[in-house]
Amino acid sequence: MAAQHHDDDHDPNLAHHFESTEQQRQSAKLGMWLFLATEILFFGGLFVAYTVYRGNHPEVFVFGAHFLDTALGALNTVVLIFSSFTIAWAVRAAQLKQIKLLKWLIIATMLCAFAFLGVKYVEYSAKWKHGLLWAGAYDPHVEHEEAFETIEVEGELHTPEADVEIIEIEEIQPVAEGEIVEPVVAEVEIDPAPVVADPDSSTIAPAARGPEGLAGPVEEADHDLVPVEPLNARVFFSIYFMMTGLHGIHVLGGIAAMLWLLKCLRRGDFDGGHFTKVDMVALYWHVVDIIWIYLFLLLYLID
Amino acid sequence: MAVDNPSHDGAAVGTQNQESYLTHGKGILSWLFTLDHKRIGVMYLVAITSSFFLGGVFALLVRTELLTSGPTIMTADSYNKMFTLHGAVMIFLFIIPGIPAAIGNFVLPLMLGAKDVALPRLNLTSFWFWMVGAVFAVVSIIVGAVDTGWTFYTPYSTTTGTAVISMTLGVFILGFSSIFTGLNFIVTIHKMRPEGMTWFKMPLFLWGLYSTAIIQVLATPILGITLLLLVAERALGVGIFDPTLGGDPVLFQHFFWFYSHPAVYIMILPAMGIISELVSVFSGKHIFGYRFIAWSSIAIAMFSFLVWGHHMFTSGQSGITNMIFSALTFSVAIPSAVKVFNWLATMYKGSIRLATPMLYVLSFLFLFAIGGLTGLFLGALSTDIHLHDTYFVVAHFHYVMFGGTVIAFLGGLHYWWPKMFGKMYSERWGQISALLVFVGFNLTFFTQFVMGSHGMPRRYYNYVEEFTTLHQASTIGSYVLALGFFIMAGYLIHSLFRGKPAPDNPWGSATLEWETSSPPPYYNFDRDFNAGDPYDLKSLQYDPATQGWVRKDPQSIVLAEGGAH
Amino acid sequence: MISTGLQHLLAVITAALPDDDGSSFWMPPQVSTVAQGVDWLFNFILAISVLFFLLIVVAMVIFVIRYRYREGQQAEDSPSHNLALELTWTAIPMILVVVIFIFGFKGYLDMSTPPSNAYEILVEGQKWSWSFTYPNGYIDSDLHVPVDRPIRLVMGSQDVIHSLYVPAFRIKMDVVPGRYSKAWFEATRPGEYDLFCAEYCGTSHSGMVAHVIVHPVGEFETWLEKASNFLETMTPVDAGRKLFQVRGCQQCHSVDGSAKTGPTLLGIFGKQETFADGTTITVDENYIRESILEPQAKVVTGFEPVMPTYQGRLSDPEIMAIIEYFKSLDGTSSEE
Repeated sequence: MAAQHHDDDHDPNLAHHFESTEQQRQSAKLGMWLFLATEILFFGGLFVAYTVYRGNHPEVFVFGAHFLDTALGALNTVVLIFSSFTIAWAVRAAQLKQIKLLKWLIIATMLCAFAFLGVKYVEYSAKWKHGLLWAGAYDPHVEHEEAFETIEVEGELHTPEADVEIIEIEEIQPVAEGEIVEPVVAEVEIDPAPVVADPDSSTIAPAARGPEGLAGPVEEADHDLVPVEPLNARVFFSIYFMMTGLHGIHVLGGIAAMLWLLKCLRRGDFDGGHFTKVDMVALYWHVVDIIWIYLFLLLYLID
Repeated sequence: MAVDNPSHDGAAVGTQNQESYLTHGKGILSWLFTLDHKRIGVMYLVAITSSFFLGGVFALLVRTELLTSGPTIMTADSYNKMFTLHGAVMIFLFIIPGIPAAIGNFVLPLMLGAKDVALPRLNLTSFWFWMVGAVFAVVSIIVGAVDTGWTFYTPYSTTTGTAVISMTLGVFILGFSSIFTGLNFIVTIHKMRPEGMTWFKMPLFLWGLYSTAIIQVLATPILGITLLLLVAERALGVGIFDPTLGGDPVLFQHFFWFYSHPAVYIMILPAMGIISELVSVFSGKHIFGYRFIAWSSIAIAMFSFLVWGHHMFTSGQSGITNMIFSALTFSVAIPSAVKVFNWLATMYKGSIRLATPMLYVLSFLFLFAIGGLTGLFLGALSTDIHLHDTYFVVAHFHYVMFGGTVIAFLGGLHYWWPKMFGKMYSERWGQISALLVFVGFNLTFFTQFVMGSHGMPRRYYNYVEEFTTLHQASTIGSYVLALGFFIMAGYLIHSLFRGKPAPDNPWGSATLEWETSSPPPYYNFDRDFNAGDPYDLKSLQYDPATQGWVRKDPQSIVLAEGGAH
Repeated sequence: MISTGLQHLLAVITAALPDDDGSSFWMPPQVSTVAQGVDWLFNFILAISVLFFLLIVVAMVIFVIRYRYREGQQAEDSPSHNLALELTWTAIPMILVVVIFIFGFKGYLDMSTPPSNAYEILVEGQKWSWSFTYPNGYIDSDLHVPVDRPIRLVMGSQDVIHSLYVPAFRIKMDVVPGRYSKAWFEATRPGEYDLFCAEYCGTSHSGMVAHVIVHPVGEFETWLEKASNFLETMTPVDAGRKLFQVRGCQQCHSVDGSAKTGPTLLGIFGKQETFADGTTITVDENYIRESILEPQAKVVTGFEPVMPTYQGRLSDPEIMAIIEYFKSLDGTSSEE
């Protein structure tokens, strides 16, 4: 190894304590893989917490997953996978000294990252609006700006299961057929739970789509017992926000790393075909992507 | 560049004006922004020894309160904070970074004949993270401190009104410091060994650092997420550990110990590495059983991840779980025991010099033997039921962490001190201090075994009368310990100003850090190496002119195509 | 005969020589059926430890003397490894630890399997007191048990994790909120023994000490009968005092004027109390009742709102007795 260092003596990219560019590159790679191992372990702890809690309280997860929009989650997954593709291509571009292409690929990856965060913002703000937050701030409700109709119901509502007296219904949101609605939990004091209203005898217009257990089952007429909000439903949202929140922070970190890459690019670091920095950021980004895929599977796709 | 430091022939560094890494670059900024591993190591040394003294102050306050069976000098709440802070400061600010950061950073590249670690900027970042973490911890102490015990068990830690979040965040940040150091060491050892230094030609201190680094990298993230979950539970009411929300408070213990058990091996493995170096050099003999010692370090690192449940035998986990953890715990005891035999065998038929570092080796063998053997009582299920959460446990872990790690750290400090600062300290005062520490330590902690087996629980502000005499003896011991450390600080600092200049190789070691001046120049070496056997002590001889040791054949380890960088 | 002699010698060397009640240099009295087994294993490990420790230290001292550095001489040539030796000193410790493990596990199985006819007592841990509920519903702050009878404890916590530890019995089990944990023992010797909390739980963790009273044969039932009827057999003031002492009040409230975690009750009745929000009240029966059932409603200034509620845990007659007791704390009669 010692013999080689004369060739790289004047290479500005070679740090003085390394014997060769190859040694430097291998060191960076090993270092990055070790760092990624720590990231996996870090998230791993959250996955363990998820597993333990879900194993003990599966109903909490079944209930909570209703409030996640699978379509948006899938969109985010596609966006991130695409961004992994662009950053991987960027590594190749750097190897081939295609500086302009490299620049646009890094920018494209960043745009994907921003798009991902944008979608998450949409999801988070909807949850915020309806109080579907982590345990300490959990306060499910419907916002008053949303159109609703007060329906007065007199007398008793008969169901096949039991006589039920509806004490008070705060608000029910009527929806036109086909309209996509963020599922809402409306507070209905029903005594006792769980209850399914018989569409034949009820005087309340059924919602086209809404969380099960409230006025009006939509498709089936076989009146299965449907879940109402289980005790501790709030913990689902705790786990959801912690896992996706931590992931989001890592996405931000990735954006910062890509900004740094652009700075290096402008400085001319990649003109000579040195691609290590891009390679390292790409590796990091792939891990961020993989973690999201697991989050999507575990949080959104609960049956 | 011109070689203006002709000390590789063993000549003592004579004048005070000698250029070295200490004088290369002036001013505080040249230190705070340095990329030189030696400067980073020295800054860490200052940082962790300050932490040690801070943690020691808390310890003395704890022991003073325990002079009487009732309240002595403080309230119960204050006492609870004292023992918590003692534990948290000692563990997270001192002993975990400890040997790797303060000694490893300095010595590792030198032992490899290298110019620096693989990732110097990461090294500096690691130090800054330590500083930031320390700031958080100090802030926590100032705004009211923590009273949860260093183990932060839920639900107490999620409901107490003390400054848990700032302390936990501080520890979280310190975790990054630890991870980055470990990461750096793994890469350096993999990629920057010199010609001729295969894995099994590495000094054993590097095996110790390497296996430690594996644990640092793999285990610390778990601590990170555990602390984050704790903060989330306090700040956001997340509910994972809250039984009223269907959470499980014992889950916290699993998370916590999954890191914290391997963490104790982060503490002891580098210490064992130091002992391997010292026992060989001061016995004038090749280390005995090199391969076993090397493999056992890796084995201990791997096994350490499998035994965390032995901290939880009474937590309500199932009998099968308890059985498995007990069995695995005994398996991890064996490699450590055998290392002790290897070290003894190294002394056999040696040529033993009782310099201060060697006194610490003897101390270590005595104290670590007790610490390790008392682990047997705790690994066995039926005895552990009785001994768990008593002073027996407190005594056990102080014997291994203090009697093991700290003693080895002190040995290493006294061994590499001349190399780091170019000065020799007073041998006489070194011996006195070592003796005081040894006596004080045993007086402080041996009594605690007896207290514990008689049923004295730990973390007790007041205690039943029958334990008074034992507690008082223990407290007196702690004052003796403190005296020993103050004397040590005294003569070590004194040596910086008035110590005899140190030769390149004052002790007669064959590892590469002694092939350069004491202290080294900022670029470490003026030649490349083809490393030989690090324990080939017979290749050295004593040179009375320089009062140091020199190679009989200086060219034997030099790479043929050498030359200044 | 020889082996007894050897055991005796080992016991002397390891300072494990037991007294009549089983206590020794290392251990408290042996008062339960499992204590002897635990102590036996402790001594076994101790003997092995002392043996190895002496081996190590004596070898070390001998080497330091015998092989000390002599001017001009280098170390003798000797091999730096020896496979047979290394295997031997690996194998022997391995065998020893396996033996230790087996004994430990067997002892543990005994300690965690209660016999089927055990007498069950419910235990509640809270910051910072214990309460023990007997099968007839009577609650006491100390654990009374009959001698030579297996006792099963079913334990829960009101707040944080505690741990029930009786050194004389060698038993310990964590008490966790949100679940029940169990322990069992059979006491073999009448007497009074310490019961500690062994899991740190805050301010008065070390104050959470109770006693185990092991009654001689036939006396436990008598005690329980008498104790359960205390409301009928005692005057209200005495009954109130007993409740005050056994239901976890005295851990935080003194009756001698000193402030502990909660205000002192000396002279409480008729006193003017000021609360954190600035309002004041003259202490009467209603205020005392409210403080017991809704302690957070009015918190005296200078104190923390940490008192647990006794809603559902004290009956009306019991509260009346406590009120009567407090009325008696006017400084005229001598109280502890």
